[in-house]
Order: sequence, then C-alpha cells, then structure tokens
Amino acid sequence: MFNKLKMTISTVAATGLFAGAAFAGDLVINFDDLNPGPKQAFDEAVAAFQAANPDINVTVNNNDREAHKSAIRNFLSANPPDVTSWYPGNRMGPFVDAGLFEPIDDLWAENNLNEDMSAVKPTMSRNGKTWGVPYSYYQWGVYYRKDIYDKLGLSEPKTWNELLSNCDALKGVGVTPFTIGTKYLWTAAGVFDYLNLRTNGYDVHNALTDGKIKYTDERIRATFANWEEMLDRCSFIENHASLDWQGGVAAFANGDAAMYVMGNFSVGAYRDAGLTDEQIDFFQFPEITPGLPMAEEAPADAFFIPSGAKNKADAKKFLAFVAHADTQTKWNKIIGKLPPNSKAIVGDDKFIQEGFAVVSNAAGLAQFYDRDAPAEMASEGMKGFQEFMLDPSKLDAILKRLDQVQVDVYK
Amino acid sequence: MLARKNCLEAMGRDIMMTLKSSASHYKFGLAAFLFLAPALIFFSIYVIIPIFQSLQLSLFEWNGLYNSNGVSTAAFVGLENYRKLWVDPNFWISIKNNFLWLLLYLLAVPLGLMIAIFLNQTVMGIRVYKSLFFFPFVISQVVVGFIFGWFYNPDFGIVAKLWQFIFCEETINFIGNKTFKCVRSVPDILSSADYATYGIIFAGLWPQVAYCVILYLTGLNNVAADQVEAGRLDGAKGWRMLWFVILPQLKPATFIAIAVTIIGALRSFDMIAVMTQGGPYGMTNVLSHYMYEVALSEYGDRYGYGSAVATILFGIMMVFITYFLWSIYQDERRET
Repeated sequence: MFNKLKMTISTVAATGLFAGAAFAGDLVINFDDLNPGPKQAFDEAVAAFQAANPDINVTVNNNDREAHKSAIRNFLSANPPDVTSWYPGNRMGPFVDAGLFEPIDDLWAENNLNEDMSAVKPTMSRNGKTWGVPYSYYQWGVYYRKDIYDKLGLSEPKTWNELLSNCDALKGVGVTPFTIGTKYLWTAAGVFDYLNLRTNGYDVHNALTDGKIKYTDERIRATFANWEEMLDRCSFIENHASLDWQGGVAAFANGDAAMYVMGNFSVGAYRDAGLTDEQIDFFQFPEITPGLPMAEEAPADAFFIPSGAKNKADAKKFLAFVAHADTQTKWNKIIGKLPPNSKAIVGDDKFIQEGFAVVSNAAGLAQFYDRDAPAEMASEGMKGFQEFMLDPSKLDAILKRLDQVQVDVYK
Repeated sequence: MLARKNCLEAMGRDIMMTLKSSASHYKFGLAAFLFLAPALIFFSIYVIIPIFQSLQLSLFEWNGLYNSNGVSTAAFVGLENYRKLWVDPNFWISIKNNFLWLLLYLLAVPLGLMIAIFLNQTVMGIRVYKSLFFFPFVISQVVVGFIFGWFYNPDFGIVAKLWQFIFCEETINFIGNKTFKCVRSVPDILSSADYATYGIIFAGLWPQVAYCVILYLTGLNNVAADQVEAGRLDGAKGWRMLWFVILPQLKPATFIAIAVTIIGALRSFDMIAVMTQGGPYGMTNVLSHYMYEVALSEYGDRYGYGSAVATILFGIMMVFITYFLWSIYQDERRET
C-alpha cells in the first residue's frame, strides 16, 4: 500500500508537477526504466548506495522510458532532481548547450575514470568537458542462425567477400540472407553505421555525423555502393518497411532469413521466439576496407547531474558509486549488458562474452546514428536510408537532399 | 441532428421571449454575455490565445528548452522558418497529401447518401442494419487505423491471405519449417510510396461514410411526404425524383456533411500516426502529422518550425471555415 502510494507520488513528481522539496542530505534520482530487469538492477544499486551512506535520504522517481524522454525537457528547468538518467552523444547536446547539465570532469579525475572508462569518454564529452557517468552499454553486430550456417557448412565471415559468398550460398537454398524491420527507421541506421565504419572508419564516420563531411562525398558514396552490393547479392526480406524490429525476428525464427544486424537487446526476442542458444550465434560485422581498424556500435546509458540540482555533493557521491567497478558488475549482470568500467567483470552469457571481446578491442565506439547526429539530421538521414533500401536508384536525390538538410542543421 | 437544431432554436426563442418580457431594458446584452462567458473564457484560453502564441513562435527557432534560470532559449529568426518550409520537400509532400485527402474524403458524402437512402425503409430488423452501418463512426479512429493496418499487413492481413491463396503455395524451407513461395510478392500497401496514402484514406472513409449516413438519415426523416407525393403525381421517379425533389430538401444535411468531411480531412492525424507514422520515408505525411513530427516527436523538438507548419495548416483551414461560417450567416439572415 505504502509502496503504491510512493510510486504514485514519484510518478507525479517525475512528470514535473510535484514540487520536490530536497533538503541537504536528500537525494532525488530520476530513472527511466520500469521493465523488471533494469528496475531491479537500479533498485538494488540504490539500496546498496543507501546502505553505504545511511545519512543520505534517497528518493527515487522511476518513470517509463518514453514518458521520461518528454518529462526531462520540463523537469530539468522547472524542478530539477539531483541525478537523472539520460543518453550521451548528441542526445545530451541540447541540454548541455542550454546549460542544464553540470560538468563533472573533477569526478572523472578523482575516480580514475579517464583510465577505466576511456573507451566511452569521447561520447560523454561535449564542448571540451565531461558531462555524465555511463552505467551500461551493449554491443551491435550480426546475429545469425548457426544451425543454417552449419547445415550449409558456412563459417563466420571475417571479410566482406566471405560475407557475400555466404549470402550466395544462403540464397542458393532459398534462405534470404538478412532480416530487418525498418518501419521505425532506426534499424536501417544500424546497417548504415556499420557499412560506413567498415568502409571509411571511425574518424570519417564521426566527421559525417558532426556535419564536417557531405553526404555526396566520394567516401560516403563508397559506403552506399557497398550497401547496394549488399542489397543486391545478400538482400533483405521483402516487406521490411512494414515491420518493426520485433517483426523482423519472425522470418529469422522461422529459418526464412539467416542473419540480423542488431543490438544485443534483441537476444531476448530470439529466445522468446523459440530459438535456443545452440541455434543462434553472434559475429562481429566483417571487415570491408582491408587493414582499417574496426570500430563498433555500442550505445551507452548514463547518469547526469542537472545544473539546478540542490544537492550536488551527494549527487556526485552517487555517480562515483555508479562508476565503481563492483556496482557496474552487479548492475550489468542483472540486465545482461556490458559494464563501461573496464575493471568490472562481465556476465557469463555467451553473447555478453563475445560482445565484450569485440568492444574491448574496438578502435572506437559509435553511439548509433540517431545519437551521434543531431535529431533533425538523424530523422532525415534515417528516412533516406529506408528510401535507399526500398529503391537504390534514388541514391543521388537522397544524398543531395541530405546535404541540404546538413547545411541547415549545422550552422 | 436537424431535429435537435430545431428544438434548440425553439428553446432559444423561448428564452429570448422571457428575457424580453421580464427585463426589456437590459435587452439581452448582459444576460447573453453572462451565459456566453464560460465558453468564451475557455475558448480564449485553449484556442484563441494559443493561435497567437503559435503565430509568434513560428518566427523563432526554439528547441523547447528553458535554461537553468528559466529563460527561454528561443532565438528570433523572422520568416526563416517559412523560407525553409518553401524548400522543404517533406512540406510539399504533406500539402499534396492533404489535398488528396480533401478530394477523396469527399467521396464519403455521395456514398453516405446512397447508403442512407438504402437504409431509409421500413423492413424487419432495419434498426439492426442501421446500427451496423453506424458502428465504424462509434469506434475511435485509432482503432479503425489498427484494424486496417492489420488488414493490409503483408504477412497475416486479409489482403495477404487472399493474395497467398491465389499467387502463393506453401512449401517447406531449408530447415524444415513451413513457408510461402509466391509467384508475385504480396503487395505491401502501407510501405509503398505510391499506394500508402490511398490505403489510409480508404480506411478513413469507412467511419466518415458512417457519419454522412447518420446526417442523411436524419435529413431524410424531415423530407416532406406531401412534396414526394406531389412529385410522384407529376411523374417524377428514380433519379429525377432524387435530384429535383429529395436532394433540395437535403441541402442542410449536405452542407453539414461536406463541412465535417472537409474539416475531418484536414484534421486527419490519428490514422496516419497509427498506420504509418508518415512513412515510408515521409510519403504519407500530411500537415498535421508533419507538424507533430518536427515539433513533438522523438526526433523533433523544433517548435518554431512546427509552428510555421501549423500556421500554414491554420491558413488553409481558415479558408474553408470562413466560407462555412459565411454561408451559415447568409442562411440565417435570409430566415429572419
């Protein structure tokens, strides 16, 4: 009963209607995941923090992810909590630029995070400062039907040509090589990111999402040429524009398609669709340009301190606690993701293990197209990717349009 | 509808007569104002003032944020948002789709009339038939959108099932699961740049036709039997009876049907949001949905630009609304 009441109050507070009165020693934390796993991991971490700091009185407002996305725009200025969850990369950009987040370079230095979290530091930085502490991230890559691969005697492709010849073999027996669901666009961006990271590398990819390279640039055209080759020789399932990403799982589960360029969160969906761990496996997106260092897609979730926080001292204590290797080990074991702190220990799930091997050797970590590029650019870019997948002949018009948007977005 | 209108008019006359007799020196100025005040206040707060705020906002570039001191981060850019709109292909696609909606949605009026005439008879169980035809009007547009979205679904929708029955055969795939092999691939209506908008409009027509049926059925109730009788004596039947005797008497119903259909077409948002979110790649956007996309969706937060889209949509709506109000005013002047 009391819990229910507390939850109601916290929900109200999270929507910014409730004026939270925080005194010294009171710490208000806004979190954004009510799914059982993430909620449990967060609650346990808060309980551990509370036990270690009995003098701090922690109040938690846990809200639904989508609701949080709109609520944060209000509460950061109207009724800021002391800590809030949010995303790094360009997603934190508007809040950083409006002066709504507190820089925490001192916290990174004091806790040796510049070393322990060096891989994610670039994405947590903006305007020369560091703004948040990530608590988890996850890998992207290619998930594939091991049973189909085995039956055909195929092995995990290491190079572009190996991938293409695997595709030929799959098509030969009537299996569509790739599944995808592009109804909500972002899945297509995952494919683009990898093709661009493998064709041109991390720096060119970043320059593109930072607006320093045009979409009609020869290097980006090369990426699209590879994509066209992939559409042609590998091919994706038909009707992908009508499916969400879960819809794309159906063909994969039925054995009509053999591979899926996806994030690790999708493993649960494969298992729910009836596939066993023996039937599915993971490989790193293969090399395209020989010798190019391999960067990976690995979006992170993080905590930030609003600049209007009333109790910044304790907020920093909490962030330091979250950054700690032990906390990250426990947290990510529960939610099945990777801990950004390199001293933490990863879970024993086979996908987590493989993913960790891939990202720890990565030449750089991209956050995902819609976090690396500003929202307006991302929205148009992803529409363009979907259009290209449906009709590659429109490439020129698409790239020219994206150039035009780019001029407007980055001033 | 019309019966209710007449009833309301009668009530209004009664009230006015009472007012005139009891306190003639007040006329009905103060009392009328008092009665109108609650509506006026809320109408200003929720409609009039926001219109001006949105007009003002369309001259700014703003991502919806206030800085930590509570000061808006908006920057004045003059007519820049409108200049951008002019060269924005998404905007022109939305305008084009808006006019497609407008044109095709008007089919609801003749279709509604046909069904209403068909239903306007006394047979056993006619009430059941009538309520079946009203049904789509009662359920929410969101639900209609979902239902048609499923109809069109290329995997399990009714369209796909019929198609599979004709063009596909069930086979066993490489690892032994059942699958379909098709001579021609199943049409993916909502993901096709060419057909998606028509697919959504078709879904939208279903409840809109029902609305027009209701309007016309009440209208048909009021058709004067003696005029029909007289027409029949003069030898009118079939189309001529419909065109020269029935339709002129249905003019008020037709007027309302056209008005609600046009406004409904311009307001189309729910079904697009549910069925395609404007996709594939923005090809099914209309102004209202594009405004939502740029201002309020996950990749939006461009409030100034969204307001500029809203202003254009407001302008287009104003043309129609002004015309409707003007003709209502003309009618009322003729009556008094």
